[in-house]
Amino acid sequence: MAAPFPPPPGPRFVLRGTQSPVNTLHFCPASQALGNPLLFSGSQSGLVHIWSLQTRRTVAALNGHKGQGVTWLKTLPQGHQLLSQGRDLRLCLWDLAEGRNTIMDTVQLDSVGFCKSSVLARGQLCWMLAVPGKGSDETNSSPRPLLLAGYEDGSVTLWDILERKVCSRIACHEEPVMGLDFDSQKAKGVSGSAGKVLAVWSLDGQQSLQVYKTHELTNPGIAEVTIRPDHKILATAGWDHRIRVFHWRTMKPLAVLAFHSASVYCVAFATDGLLAAGSKDQRISIWSLYPCS
Amino acid sequence: MDPALSAVRLTVQEAIHTLSSSEDVGHILSTLGTLKRYLGGTEDPALPEKEEFTTIHFSAILRCLVSKLSPGWLELSPDGQLEQLWESFFLDGPPDQAFLVLMEAIESTAGPSFRLMKMARLLEIFLSKGRVAALMEEQCRPQTKPSFPLFQETLLSKVVGLPDRLGNSLQQDNLTQFLPQNYFPLLGQEVVEVLKAVVNFLQGGLDCSVSFVSRVLGKVCIQGRKKEILGVLVPQLTVLTQDSCLWQRVCWRLVEQVPDRAVEAVLTGLVEAAPRPEVLSRLLGNLVVKNKKAQFVMTRKLLFLQYQHTTPMLQSLLGYLAVDSQRRPLLIQVLKELLETWGNSSAVRHAPLEQQCYISKAILVCLAHLGEPELQDIQDELLASMMAGVKCRLDSSLPPVRRLGMIVAEVISSRIHPEGPPLKFQYEDDEMSREMLALATPGPAGACSSETGGPSLASVVTETPVETPEKTVDSDVPSVQPQGSDSELDSDDEFIPYDMSGDKELKSSKEPRYIRDCLEALTTSEDMERWEAALNVLEGLVYRSPEATREVSVELAKVLLHLEEKTCMAEFEQLRQRALVAVTVTDPEQVAKYLTTQFYGLNYSLRQRMDILDVLVLAAQALSRPRSLQRLSQHGPPGSGTLCAPALASSQPGNAATPDWQVVVEERIKSKTRRFSKGCPRRELTGGPNEFNSVAGYFFFPLLQHFDRPLVTFDLLGDDQLVLGRLAHTLASLMYLAVNTTVAVPMGKALLEFVWALRFHVDTYVRRGLLSAVSSVLLSVPTERLLGDLPDELLEARSWLADVAEKDVDEDCRELAMRALLLLERLRDKLLSISSP
Repeated sequence: MAAPFPPPPGPRFVLRGTQSPVNTLHFCPASQALGNPLLFSGSQSGLVHIWSLQTRRTVAALNGHKGQGVTWLKTLPQGHQLLSQGRDLRLCLWDLAEGRNTIMDTVQLDSVGFCKSSVLARGQLCWMLAVPGKGSDETNSSPRPLLLAGYEDGSVTLWDILERKVCSRIACHEEPVMGLDFDSQKAKGVSGSAGKVLAVWSLDGQQSLQVYKTHELTNPGIAEVTIRPDHKILATAGWDHRIRVFHWRTMKPLAVLAFHSASVYCVAFATDGLLAAGSKDQRISIWSLYPCS
Repeated sequence: MDPALSAVRLTVQEAIHTLSSSEDVGHILSTLGTLKRYLGGTEDPALPEKEEFTTIHFSAILRCLVSKLSPGWLELSPDGQLEQLWESFFLDGPPDQAFLVLMEAIESTAGPSFRLMKMARLLEIFLSKGRVAALMEEQCRPQTKPSFPLFQETLLSKVVGLPDRLGNSLQQDNLTQFLPQNYFPLLGQEVVEVLKAVVNFLQGGLDCSVSFVSRVLGKVCIQGRKKEILGVLVPQLTVLTQDSCLWQRVCWRLVEQVPDRAVEAVLTGLVEAAPRPEVLSRLLGNLVVKNKKAQFVMTRKLLFLQYQHTTPMLQSLLGYLAVDSQRRPLLIQVLKELLETWGNSSAVRHAPLEQQCYISKAILVCLAHLGEPELQDIQDELLASMMAGVKCRLDSSLPPVRRLGMIVAEVISSRIHPEGPPLKFQYEDDEMSREMLALATPGPAGACSSETGGPSLASVVTETPVETPEKTVDSDVPSVQPQGSDSELDSDDEFIPYDMSGDKELKSSKEPRYIRDCLEALTTSEDMERWEAALNVLEGLVYRSPEATREVSVELAKVLLHLEEKTCMAEFEQLRQRALVAVTVTDPEQVAKYLTTQFYGLNYSLRQRMDILDVLVLAAQALSRPRSLQRLSQHGPPGSGTLCAPALASSQPGNAATPDWQVVVEERIKSKTRRFSKGCPRRELTGGPNEFNSVAGYFFFPLLQHFDRPLVTFDLLGDDQLVLGRLAHTLASLMYLAVNTTVAVPMGKALLEFVWALRFHVDTYVRRGLLSAVSSVLLSVPTERLLGDLPDELLEARSWLADVAEKDVDEDCRELAMRALLLLERLRDKLLSISSP
């Protein structure tokens, strides 16, 4: 059974030097970065590092969260602007244009949970930001803005933002939902929790959620789930130190990448298929698996 | 005197005179023509002149004709008329006399000569014209002459001995037709012809006796040509007896008339050649009931005294007993006796494995043929023998013997108590066990022909074998199907999964980091996860911190030795063993001392004692290996095996990269470097001291000290012979691993003494161990020391080995003894080559 399968590959390269566990990662799309692909990482010590993927060195480190951990990072569509969310209960908007590293704006938050924010871009200069309140987790949607949120009671809820009401709610986990991602092409999403189960659910025309499939993992604890931009594969960040890669359509396990020596906190995909994972062991590993066609 | 008869005599005398003296062709031809008249078939067969001629004068004429045979004489008539006439006398006259004269003449003619070849050719024609059938047919008619038995005896020996006699006379020039592989099938065909004639006679109301044919058959079979003759005979008889009662009766008569001393040979041949029990039954009738000798052969000799026969043969033999109601009591009797033998502990110990297998098969075939009521009658006896047999088989140290016991017991119990809960042993399925279980299921032919309860019997027995596959299929279905349907939909071939075997459950938080923590976790911890984690990492920890291990080595060994499986751990036995080996390797002296004394300790189970032996061997192996495993496994993750060190290095990508890189660099240097030395560069083997050298004694000698002193709980020379066998094997391994050490000589001496004390042990496994011990002594002790210090022991061992190689019942023992003898021979050759120059 095991014989015909090749051993899993090692990481393409490893970024070291955050000096602190890596909480979140975000690839800056190449178009925005002017041909110099960048990776943002947010660490527990409150720093945001900007890595050049060409030189594999830090370009800059942003210190704006007063030593409290950075939990979420996202560049805005118009480029040169970065949103960062920290445990200091602030959400900062950074201006990175022309080498500047200044905070342009901040939003005060009232949640101290794990929940990450989410951004819905509606045009070049118009975007909508969802920030966590007392509830829990994130994300995005369709013509009418809909928001998917994962809660600590293990449920995933679909909100209609304009009418401010719950469209649908499913309890698909027994443990708190830690991360979810949604594929709007296939109208399917996946969520991971502190438990052993990875749940795939689908959204039908009546905007109601249904559990489509579940997948049992060897070890409990998924910190983040990310679907690759081409909707072919997805990766999970496991508390068991491993990154798992699945085939998105069939949920067939494809690889178990055991490189980190502590919990993996985040996984992110670049548009060209590069996979980055940040871990409690203060390292960021970059992988190149199943290249995008 | 009858004038007609005296006229015949006169004619014959004249003819003989003419033949011997005349050179005139016309005269000779006319004389022969006159004589031929007496043979001719046109006249009335009852003619007295003809009778007189054929019985009294024919041989004389033939002898005279033979004596005249020469190229010149035959050429007297150039058109070949004379030759033709000459031959016709032999081919048309009474076949028995012609045959005897021919054989006599061939045997008395010396060397390669025209006459000899001529007569050999004539005999060939004689055979091909079916004259032998005519000859035998003649003997089947009622005879009255007083000298007849003697004559028949001569004829018999010549007919059967023809290939030998012709081979002797003709030497190199023998004709292919006379070779035994051609002659006996021909003879078989002739026998069929004779029997056909006999059946015709009987249908015509004539009296006939087949006793001559039976004697021919018996004699051929005794000479060991039963395959050739019966290979032709049996298939034809199978067809002929199918619908005809008369044919069946002729066959029964044929077998009944076989002389007593040939019965065994003929019956064995028939049982071998008969394809099915029904055929055998048609050929033999109720012979086993009527004939004591046949009964002995069929029910005892073929079953108990021989074991070389094939399974189909067993099936047709026992099937034959089962087919007829008169013979069924014999089958039950046979089953009882078989089981008695099967349950006899002395038989289990002394009979070779093949025979035990044969008897077990016979039992299963019997059971398949017997019906429910018949088995109920003898239930108690069956049960008693079965219990005895199972007990002594399960005691055996050889796995195949144990398995035989389990299989037979399962089948018997399922037949005796079809309703009760089935007896089920755990044994590995192999070819033999499958074959045996298949035997216990009666085939379609057997089921139809058995008279009582065919269907019920079949249903009962098939239940057990069918059940198991169904279960496994059921349990597989749910797990396989979803995956299968998925992969069918999956058209994305580009995503080939990577190996995910390393995806195990993580227990990192509980892993102890130090030896003492491990020790504490294993002894006192109530937390099972921690306990398991400790056992998992222990081996790695021991190798990484030898200093710390040495401080607590004996204590650790003690804990591991007494460790019991508290949870259902996947590889508990291996983990414990590997950890013990690691401890022993790290601190060999202390731990080996401890383990060897515990081997003869009071309160240990056999399992623990055998574990001790295994650990000692594995540790010795690790120590004696040129490249120490210790250094290799230091890089490895904790808990992985010592014995898979190379695989382990490659599992870590970081480590694997370094050697690759070094290899590449070395290759480049090599390609750029010119060497002026001769020959290709040789790879240097890294040498290192044999670490087993200094501690071999601690491993070895204490094990030898107490084997003959029984304890209350442990008696090596008594019931615990399995451990004794393991001990012998262990000592052999230790001896072998101690090659090139200084202590090898005293070790060898002590081991040979040990072997000498136990050399006549009844248990096969023990003997195997002893024989391999001798071999390893011969391999490990240097030649000159062997001859200098141990010459007497070697001489004694040699005679013992020769004896075992010749007489031991076990095949493996014989082979091991042969190997040891070969080693001894090599030793002698080496010595001779040293001393001669």
